[in-house]
Amino acid sequence: MSIKRVLGASTALTLCSAAAFAQDTTITIATVNNGDMIRMQSYTDTFTEQTGIAVEWVTLEENVLRQRVTTDITTNGGQFDIMTIGMYETPIWGANDWLIPLNDLSEDYDAEDILPAMRNGLSHDGTLYAAPFYGESSMVMYRTDLMEQAGLEMPQAPTWEFIREAAAAMDDPENDINGICLRGKAGWGEGGAFITVTGNSFGARWFDEDWTAQFDQPEWNEALTFFVNLMNDYGPEGYATNGFNENLSLFQQGKCGMWIDATVAASFVTNPTDSTVADSVGFALAPNKEGIDKRSNWLWAWALAIPAGTQKEDAAKQFIEWATSKEYIELVAANEGWANVPPGARTSLYETPEYQEVPFAAMTLESIKAADPNNPTVDPVPYVGIQFVAIPEFAGIATQVSQEFSAVYAGQQSVDEALEKAQAITTEEMEAAGY
Amino acid sequence: MARAVSTQRKALNTTVAWTIGLLIFFPILWTILTSFKTEAQAIASPPIFIGFDWTLENYAVVQERSNYMRFLWNSVIIAGGSTILGIIIAVPAAWSMAFVPSKRTKDILLWMLSTKMLPAVGVLYPIYLLFIQMGLLDSRAGLVVVLMLINLPIIVWMLYTYFREIPGEILEAARMDGASLREELLYILTPMAVPGIASTLLLNFILAWNEAFWTLNLTAVDAAPLTAFIASYSSPEGLFFAKLSAASTMAIAPILILGWFSQKQLVRGLTFGAVK
Amino acid sequence: MATQHSRSAARLMMAPAVILLMGWMLVPLTMTIYFSFKRYLPLRGGDLGWTGFDNYVRFVTSTAFWPSVQATLVIVGGVLVITVVLGILLAMLLDQPMWGQGVVRILVIAPFFVMPTVSALVWKNMFMDPVNGLFAHLWRFFGAEPIAWLSEASMTSIIMIVSWQWLPFATLILLTAIQSLDSEQLEAAEMDGAPLLKKFYHIILPHLGRAITIVILIQTIFLLSIFAEIFVTTGGAFGTRTLTYLIFQRVLESQNVGLGSAGGVYAIILANIVAIFLMRIVGKNLDA
Repeated sequence: MSIKRVLGASTALTLCSAAAFAQDTTITIATVNNGDMIRMQSYTDTFTEQTGIAVEWVTLEENVLRQRVTTDITTNGGQFDIMTIGMYETPIWGANDWLIPLNDLSEDYDAEDILPAMRNGLSHDGTLYAAPFYGESSMVMYRTDLMEQAGLEMPQAPTWEFIREAAAAMDDPENDINGICLRGKAGWGEGGAFITVTGNSFGARWFDEDWTAQFDQPEWNEALTFFVNLMNDYGPEGYATNGFNENLSLFQQGKCGMWIDATVAASFVTNPTDSTVADSVGFALAPNKEGIDKRSNWLWAWALAIPAGTQKEDAAKQFIEWATSKEYIELVAANEGWANVPPGARTSLYETPEYQEVPFAAMTLESIKAADPNNPTVDPVPYVGIQFVAIPEFAGIATQVSQEFSAVYAGQQSVDEALEKAQAITTEEMEAAGY
Repeated sequence: MARAVSTQRKALNTTVAWTIGLLIFFPILWTILTSFKTEAQAIASPPIFIGFDWTLENYAVVQERSNYMRFLWNSVIIAGGSTILGIIIAVPAAWSMAFVPSKRTKDILLWMLSTKMLPAVGVLYPIYLLFIQMGLLDSRAGLVVVLMLINLPIIVWMLYTYFREIPGEILEAARMDGASLREELLYILTPMAVPGIASTLLLNFILAWNEAFWTLNLTAVDAAPLTAFIASYSSPEGLFFAKLSAASTMAIAPILILGWFSQKQLVRGLTFGAVK
Repeated sequence: MATQHSRSAARLMMAPAVILLMGWMLVPLTMTIYFSFKRYLPLRGGDLGWTGFDNYVRFVTSTAFWPSVQATLVIVGGVLVITVVLGILLAMLLDQPMWGQGVVRILVIAPFFVMPTVSALVWKNMFMDPVNGLFAHLWRFFGAEPIAWLSEASMTSIIMIVSWQWLPFATLILLTAIQSLDSEQLEAAEMDGAPLLKKFYHIILPHLGRAITIVILIQTIFLLSIFAEIFVTTGGAFGTRTLTYLIFQRVLESQNVGLGSAGGVYAIILANIVAIFLMRIVGKNLDA
């Protein structure tokens, strides 16, 4: 028997056992259909080869995903071994003991390396319940060429007044260019998030310290009025239905002078294969109102968590360690370039020299650092969260409130009417929840 | 068509009907066309109708990302299973309603229809909890049963209207000849009702295929049909019209083709007793 | 022909369907009613005890309740009117002699095969998008300002999408009915030189009565519970929140199962009011 054959036979044997093992352990992961997640799916084979654990993906659109995983976790349905959730869900679910704590991840994984802002946001009582796959804040993305044409210069930290001035200068309906594109779409994670951070930067808040809704306060009126005027004057047609995706494609097509949105969008708008304006995008911190020292930048992470009902805790942990590791980032960097790695999760990424050369890296980090979930706005609040309020009722309330706001954007009601309804809805729902 | 009409009139009819037909079909046609474009061409202004570089790239991307065949197979099993099971349960019920009517027959029929009015989302939690208890989550069997129950009233009603059209004398004659109930059902009634059963089968297959609430909420991997497949393409980041079109085309193509081949049966049978 | 023997056999044969449907109705209904008297908040630990009629009162006094009932009725009514009227016209057209009748019929019934989710996605993105949608291109071509369909004309848009899906169904049923119309009757009318409108009112419309009721009945059952079309397009914004959608928001978005269940009970009541109303008409027609 030649050595070759022995080797061949033993390889076959190993493969067989690996395959048998793989059949034993298959984990099911529910995830959102964002670009980074879809990319992760295409690298799953690497993980399976390394560990023998097979992975089944349930990829769903964000709203469907939320509805699906929430039903499953609250009823202990046990359909998924890993769920992709965000900063809003994690502390609430963690507090209910529905998630397995991630405090015993391996040494190699280096949990200390996770950006502090992200770790805090994904913890409850100091225990990490979900590992960030990528994190984001929000910032201004603008067209450097149009800015130059307009004879303006974007400061590092613009005010809303400057943003309005710049939007007016860049707005060019003849050439199909809107001064500014912002989210107006109903939904707490869409337009609801944006108007909440805008509110923060005008000194408005959702609740006072006694959990009384604050939509009857002048700050909200000022913020909403400013937003509506800005968008009616220089925003795109039908912005009341534009969310992240709609604005992304508008910006990529060169139809926006500025866009204030998630920092992860930076890698999409600077990617020459998808974006027609890839080489003329600049970045700045999210704006604030003159004299208010809170900026309108949020904090969010898409993270992987293990529901307590799983039978495959170890395999699930192994996957999470792999998917949110430094090695995974390097794997993506080697194959697709540093600009395409999942951002905003690890400190070490921002210390990597190659990554520091990526045009949006520094601004992303600075935006994330500028976000403080414990003190989202000027006045003290009883809640945690910047573009959301980390209580179970928030998603329902904010979706309805943002629907009222979207009706203002569509010209169907006035700012005052919307705020009055928002106040009523919020009070109603908080009562129903027993506050 | 015995009516004699001038060629001119016929030409006019043809033109108008084709125009309207194409208009109604256009969204589907446009989706199919877009699925062969690149993402940039899909949003080109002005829109490109035919003169683009046809590409299969979108289909390749969709196929690479998700196991289309598994979703398709689940759809076939779930829609087919629930329809067949429904027919088996409905035929005897419809028979007895049609041939041994009592005072309450119509009430029962209308009551059955009214069970369809329970809003699905209102009972999501109860049903989800039941499914956990019975271990039916993410199983095809569970969905077959649920979809069968959802469509059963329609099936019973459709069959009832077909059976009613069969003259009772024929059955009487058969009984005189000593046919048993089973024989009566199997050898006399069923063959006569075949066109009706066929169109019931088709309509309910379509309804079950397109059901998007339970099929999405009660499945994860093993039983997920095409409705879940499409939920992963509905609004991803960046440009997506072309990929969405490809996924949409893949989701509706099987049922569209089936529908086209069998449209004669469907058209002939879809009366719900509207024609006497 | 109904002997005692066949009567009991008939009962036996009806039993499986009746028992199953009874179960399918009673089990969820009982559970819904049970939950509706509970303070049941899954995210706050689940069952928090009995709460009497609180959920019922809260649901009905909510500012969203009456608008949602209205939205439901407008959508159902709008779609019914459009599909029945266009269905009759289309059925009459398809009944005329022409070339390629089979192909036209295929084209017309095709939308019925499309999943509601898919059709909502296609309409929303590829037609109604105010920037890249086909309608926007068309409007711009004629020098008009594109319409933001789903926000400015939200109800119209949803009624349009749903009507597109259900028009084939209405057309098919009405077509079979028209085809069964005695052509001698029609020819006699034509010989008399009866004007088209008169012919329509006195011969065709009465003949279609039964078919129209059936179209209305079946479609109403399905339209009362439309969900995917709204979920995908407006998410309930811009006045398109139907009762079904409101319940969805209560149960899944606000995670208040008790409140949502109370809403479910109201929806059942509304559906039954509509049903009784319908069945009065249909019942009369079914006797004939």
